Amino acid sequence: MNQQNADIETRPTHKHERTPGEPVNRNEDANHELSVRVRDLKLWYGNNQALKNINIDIYQKNVTALIGPSGCGKSTFLRCLNRMNDLIRSVRIQGLIEMDGRDVNDAKMDEVALRRRVGMVFQKPNPFPKSIYENIAYAPRMHDLVSRKAEQDELVERALRDAGLWNEVKDKLQEPGTSLSGGQQQRLCIARAIAVKPDVILMDEPTSALDPISTATIEDLMDKLKKQFTIVTVTHNMQQAARVADYTAFFHLGELIEYNDTRMMFSNPHTKKAEDYITGRYG
Amino acid sequence: MQTNQIFLLFCGVLLALGLAAFFMARAKATRTRASGTAMYAQPDQYAWFSVLTTAGPAVLVGVVGAFVMLLVGAEIPTPYLLSGSLVIAAVGLLFGMRQVRPDFHARQAIEKVIQVILATAAMVSILTTLGILISIVFEAIRFFQIQSFWDFITGTTWDPGASFLAAAGRADEAGSAAQFGSIPLFAGTFLITLIAMLVAIPVGLFAAIYMAEFAPDRIRTLAKPVLEVLAGIPTVVYGFFAAITVAPIVVDIAGWLGLEASYSNALAPGLVMGIMIIPFISSLSDDVITAVPDSMRQGSLALGMTKAETIKSVVLPASLPGIISASLLAVSRALGETMIVVMAAGMRPNLTANPLEDMTTVTVRIVAALTGDQEFESAETLSAFALGLVLFVVTLALNMVSVIMIRRFREKYRSNNL
Amino acid sequence: MSQSFDEITAQLKRRHRKSARLKWMSMGALILAAAFLVVFIGDMLVKGLPAFQQAQVQVEVSYTEQSMQIPPAAVNDEVRNLVSRGYLRLIPGRMRDNPELMGTTRMEWVLADAEVDQYLKGHYTRLSDSQKRTVDRLEEAGRAELRFNTRFFTSGDSKMPELAGIASAAVGTVLTLIVTMLVSFPIGVMTAVYLEEFAPDNRLTQIIEININNLAAVPSILFGLLGLAIYINFFGVPRSTPLVGGLTLALMTLPVIIIATRTALRSVPDTIRQAAFGVGCSRWQVVRDHVLPLSLPGIMTGSIIGLAQAMGETAPLIIIGMVAFIPDVSTSFTNAATVMPAQIFTWAGEPERAFIEKTAGGILVLLAVLISLNASAVWMRKKFERRW
Repeated sequence: MNQQNADIETRPTHKHERTPGEPVNRNEDANHELSVRVRDLKLWYGNNQALKNINIDIYQKNVTALIGPSGCGKSTFLRCLNRMNDLIRSVRIQGLIEMDGRDVNDAKMDEVALRRRVGMVFQKPNPFPKSIYENIAYAPRMHDLVSRKAEQDELVERALRDAGLWNEVKDKLQEPGTSLSGGQQQRLCIARAIAVKPDVILMDEPTSALDPISTATIEDLMDKLKKQFTIVTVTHNMQQAARVADYTAFFHLGELIEYNDTRMMFSNPHTKKAEDYITGRYG
Repeated sequence: MQTNQIFLLFCGVLLALGLAAFFMARAKATRTRASGTAMYAQPDQYAWFSVLTTAGPAVLVGVVGAFVMLLVGAEIPTPYLLSGSLVIAAVGLLFGMRQVRPDFHARQAIEKVIQVILATAAMVSILTTLGILISIVFEAIRFFQIQSFWDFITGTTWDPGASFLAAAGRADEAGSAAQFGSIPLFAGTFLITLIAMLVAIPVGLFAAIYMAEFAPDRIRTLAKPVLEVLAGIPTVVYGFFAAITVAPIVVDIAGWLGLEASYSNALAPGLVMGIMIIPFISSLSDDVITAVPDSMRQGSLALGMTKAETIKSVVLPASLPGIISASLLAVSRALGETMIVVMAAGMRPNLTANPLEDMTTVTVRIVAALTGDQEFESAETLSAFALGLVLFVVTLALNMVSVIMIRRFREKYRSNNL
Repeated sequence: MSQSFDEITAQLKRRHRKSARLKWMSMGALILAAAFLVVFIGDMLVKGLPAFQQAQVQVEVSYTEQSMQIPPAAVNDEVRNLVSRGYLRLIPGRMRDNPELMGTTRMEWVLADAEVDQYLKGHYTRLSDSQKRTVDRLEEAGRAELRFNTRFFTSGDSKMPELAGIASAAVGTVLTLIVTMLVSFPIGVMTAVYLEEFAPDNRLTQIIEININNLAAVPSILFGLLGLAIYINFFGVPRSTPLVGGLTLALMTLPVIIIATRTALRSVPDTIRQAAFGVGCSRWQVVRDHVLPLSLPGIMTGSIIGLAQAMGETAPLIIIGMVAFIPDVSTSFTNAATVMPAQIFTWAGEPERAFIEKTAGGILVLLAVLISLNASAVWMRKKFERRW
């Protein structure tokens, strides 16, 4: 903390009084309607504290990238946002994650309802062992988003088009989702997530299992999707964060060290630790 | 007793020769080494090699001789055979001693022999299958020489009653000819199997779902051994339970409902067989359900699915091949199950769909045919092998299909973990 | 654009109810399975525990010339039918062994007839009303009571329930299993070692592997047909003996041991093998000195489970005649014998009520042995389990 305070004194500071979760610098092109507000978030795996006092404001219709060396808590943090950590028994969480005026961790919050509004794309593409069509139609049907077959067809087509996959698969919708290539599978998973019309899409290193060409496709897709959705992505690849994100948050050993406009983060980081990481001194 | 003593003597001499080979070869090798000559192998390895050359061929000759006597019926007097093999042992000993030379690879020779022995052991399982096949097929062929295959497959009356008279050459004394129509037996077998599956598959599958998806670790570690105990109970015990406890309960309940049930009704063995098979289904299903990668579940939950929806539309479809495979194995087990039906089902071949009546099964008739006092040559005795053949073919087919399905399941999830 | 949490939560009510239903149903299935076990064990205990007690009556036994000729004359009319006939038959022998008994009359506790035993245990009995009154009187006078039934553990089978015991079957089981393990353990382990460590990956190896899996699923009764046709009819192994029974069970146990051993061998990581090769061991030395010792606990666990399975197996043994009536304990591998499950089967077919109790008693003993075997296997697996 001392290090951080020292840094703040030596570098250009904020123009106005900052709330704890605000980024150091604002990206003036970006939307600043609040999507998720996180205050004093702490998380333990058993006795092991994995997240320490996280404060962050995530803005709507932006791409926010979470970066940091492995084991820094970025994925754990991401999974707090749709309570995927509930699946691990030994996890204990304190603090506030607020969305749409509600505390996500509140006992009255239904985690299923939360996950409808906060979708997720995983590191490894995980299409269901069903047809391409069913992979997408399954969730909207369960959620009663569609009632007629025609509506369902339309929704599947729109989701696939939005995910940039339609032209590749329109002739083989009944083939199993697992028959696609890795990059196509991941776009299928994105299409599956956007088909239920969430507010936020969490992406947990979505391109780490893919080849460079598929990665570029997915990055383009993220750029397009942010017009409709709030995207929070974890990446181990700093160039990717620099390319796709409006805001970047740097995590280290369970702490959020710096949250900043992406351009500022990579050109003129506010903290020493972030600078060292970005310039490749460790990580 | 005479042969026993000769045999003991043979073993004793062979053992002595073996020991002699070991110590002489080792002494020779040690001497050679002490004289400063470099050898390819250790003295112990030369020693073991000599033991092998001494005992191996001798035992082989003995065994081959015994087989020749049994198969060809050639009369080789035992003392000659055994003394012949002892002579061979002595020759082997001399050969082994001569091989104690610096340039001989004793270790490699031993290991080659060991490998041959291991491969021979592996052939035993093939021989077992062949043995089952041969023993069943040959007797079954003899049965079909007496009885028409077509009648066996399509006949609806199983009445072997008088067949022993025919075997004794007094066929004309029999009031009516024996009939071997197997349909009632198979009908009984399938009905009891069906009842068992109706109990075992739902209970076993749901128990597996609970254990794999819902149960806290504590209950899981408690429930697994409980199910293992259920699986370890001998079938004869289940048979007793079915006959003494369950059958009267079935009769009482049926009576209370105004139905008439036989004390050897098909329902009791069916239910108990179902209980017996529950742990079988649940542990195999538990294995396949837990083998479905967690990423599948998370993918579904992240779409806002409830746990049950995830299980129903993602986990179960993914593990379906494994579950079907487990069920097929269970069916094969139920078809071949013997003790429960022998003790609790009837003896009377009865072609009916009413599970409250008594009816018999294939395995019951096999046991009945082979435990009576018939001549081995009688049609009834031989019919057991014909029934056994059908049982073997059906269960083999079920096992094969099940193995193929489970292999598909495994391959699918290996390839999916990119 | 999207719905609020409250709207979604409201829609989800029905789906959550469905989800809860699945959870309760699946939990119910597990409870049902456990309940079966409880009912079953409870039923066996209720039926079988009385078998460990046996009625005895105190009667006046007169050792006279007459009782030497006609043993029942040794006790008076009134109680003659209450005393075990099998016991009375032993009197002349005892008098021959102990000449000093001649001419004496003693009050002795003797084995009661099975009907008296059943009556004292409160079961249905064929005793006449006057006999029941006699027994009541004896009981009030402290001359009839239930005592621990040592005979159940020390004597062989008998047609008289009060004399029947499990000793000959227990010894038969031990002899049979010795043969089984002597054959199946070495062959099973050798097969597994060959397949895992030596076998080339060719067609024959694949056939052997498929064959072993199939063998594990062949109905046990078919092994009985093999035993009958090959061992007995072809090789002339004597029928009904522990030798032929053990050989038959050995073939059934073989796949269990092979599969367990292969799993154990496979769980030894390749780094161990590579390290041993690295210091110049030959393949056989690697297996003998490194892989086998490390996989021994797994092999033992699998063998115990195979042993327990063989111990409970009945069907193939019926086919090869091991349901013989064996009143005396025999310790030879080539004499007719019976085994525990076969004894249970035989008793289950006896018409007397008293034999139901014996059957259940035998079952309790068998289950106790099997459960302790399985428990020891589980314990071994836990104790020696190693994570690499």
